[in-house]
Amino acid sequence: MKMPSNCLPSIRDQLCKASDSSGRFLWSAAASVSLGDLLRGSSLGGRLPGLLGRSVLLATQDQLAAALALVELDGVAARLIICPPDLPAEHLHSVMARGGVDAVVSDQGLGGPLCVTCSLTITPVKSEQVERRLTEWVLLTSGTTGGSKMLIHDLRSLTAAIDGLNLETDVVWGTFYDIRRFGGLQILLRALLGRGSLVLSSAAESVGDHLLRLGALGATHISGTPSHWRRVLMSPQARAIAPRYIRLSGEIADQAILNSLHSFYPQAAIAHAFASTEAGLGFEVNDGLEGFPASMVSARGKVAIKIEDNSLRIRSARTALRYVDGEDQALADKEGFVDTGDIVELRGDRYYFLGRRNGVINVGGLKVYPEEVEGVINRHPAVQMSMVRSRRNSITGSLVSADVVLKGEPDLSSANNQIADLKREILQICRESLAAHKVPASIRCVSVLELAAAGKLARHRA
Amino acid sequence: MSVRADVISQILQIRGNTKKEFPPLTDDLVLVDSGLDSLAIAILVTRLEDTLGFDPFAEFDDASPPVTLGDFIQCYENAVKLSAVDSRPTV
Repeated sequence: MKMPSNCLPSIRDQLCKASDSSGRFLWSAAASVSLGDLLRGSSLGGRLPGLLGRSVLLATQDQLAAALALVELDGVAARLIICPPDLPAEHLHSVMARGGVDAVVSDQGLGGPLCVTCSLTITPVKSEQVERRLTEWVLLTSGTTGGSKMLIHDLRSLTAAIDGLNLETDVVWGTFYDIRRFGGLQILLRALLGRGSLVLSSAAESVGDHLLRLGALGATHISGTPSHWRRVLMSPQARAIAPRYIRLSGEIADQAILNSLHSFYPQAAIAHAFASTEAGLGFEVNDGLEGFPASMVSARGKVAIKIEDNSLRIRSARTALRYVDGEDQALADKEGFVDTGDIVELRGDRYYFLGRRNGVINVGGLKVYPEEVEGVINRHPAVQMSMVRSRRNSITGSLVSADVVLKGEPDLSSANNQIADLKREILQICRESLAAHKVPASIRCVSVLELAAAGKLARHRA
Repeated sequence: MSVRADVISQILQIRGNTKKEFPPLTDDLVLVDSGLDSLAIAILVTRLEDTLGFDPFAEFDDASPPVTLGDFIQCYENAVKLSAVDSRPTV
């Protein structure tokens, strides 16, 4: 197999080299595929050579089909754009245009320039002599109405944190994430390149059934957001799993959830990781405490951390390389640090996460831009202006809450039925226009909203 | 209105916003299998905080989180009892 020097071996090449692939599996709720079978065949019906050097959009309904296609396409496609499961259909054309897509791999018969069907059926193929290249992996962030940000990684940046880890051979990973987003993709790559297997999530499956499946397949390492884990602890099947390692990321892990998990799964090592699509995997905290030690900021290592304007900034080989279309701003500053937009506060010898700059709200790991929700609320004819903010919640970490100023001089007493009706109408407009996690959990009618000096809404940081 | 009635009323309101079919609200109903996803449960807790003035799960540190609807209501009823004890005048 011809491969340019200095090029990282593709996932497939690394799996071939590992030589223990037959006993390793990717499991979904409905099917499973042995990595050994995948290496001897193709989920793309033998059409991989036609995708050589192309800019490929991977848009599947099935997560397992996406995972199989990713293994095959890495090192073959010039660019691999991974569609998240909840990408609105109206954004698809824009994503394809921005990404310069000239081929589509899908299990749902999408049209397009060159459409290759992927499936869970592995057809035997002869060893294909395909020239390997370092594929650009394009990941989408959960973005605004205007569209998601498209960030370019490569296998090197995605796996820099895995490289050099002391890898155990009997690891069965499980994740509550979807592997088509950064958090889940990290776990897929850990399973593939770390000589393990992986139990995939399924959107159609109940929490209880997912836990029973994870337990039956012997999941040893399980990853999810703090919200996922809170939900696990509320399930009667929480005892179906007995993980050796619990990993939290995607949201602020507070002390309550870390303590609860430690009490419930005392045998498990518990880590919370800071990661984002832009900054890559920043760091992991393994001492069971929320926040991170201040000593990490000045420490020399593979990841450099600095705090500027109270926000966490990270420089490492794991950060995204750039935006697809050089969108709006440079990804990193002159020194190469990526601003994560996460506000931290030093208390004693530890930094604690306070929330996101500019009011961006993290609901169960999904971003909500306040301006988008305000735009929808302001459509109601009785609304003068509104301000959307984060509200702490013990179940999901944060929820969306709205303060609304009504036109005229309405009677804002809680006994006023008109106000209650207006709130219902505003919520109805929001439900019709916004994803469920963006709809305000509560609306408060106020007489005035504070404006900052520049005349903009005074959004209090975090 | 009793705490139980507040909880049931809020659940019915949240359910009313979707077109899904839901199981009946019995004490042994498992919350995560009740058709309310974690977002809906979070909204429920937030609305009850607005109505009752407290969130009993804000500090659920080492305690077991509620599994059934009965457990959930019990958490609120216990918090109300505790606050009644705390607010008794000292002699």
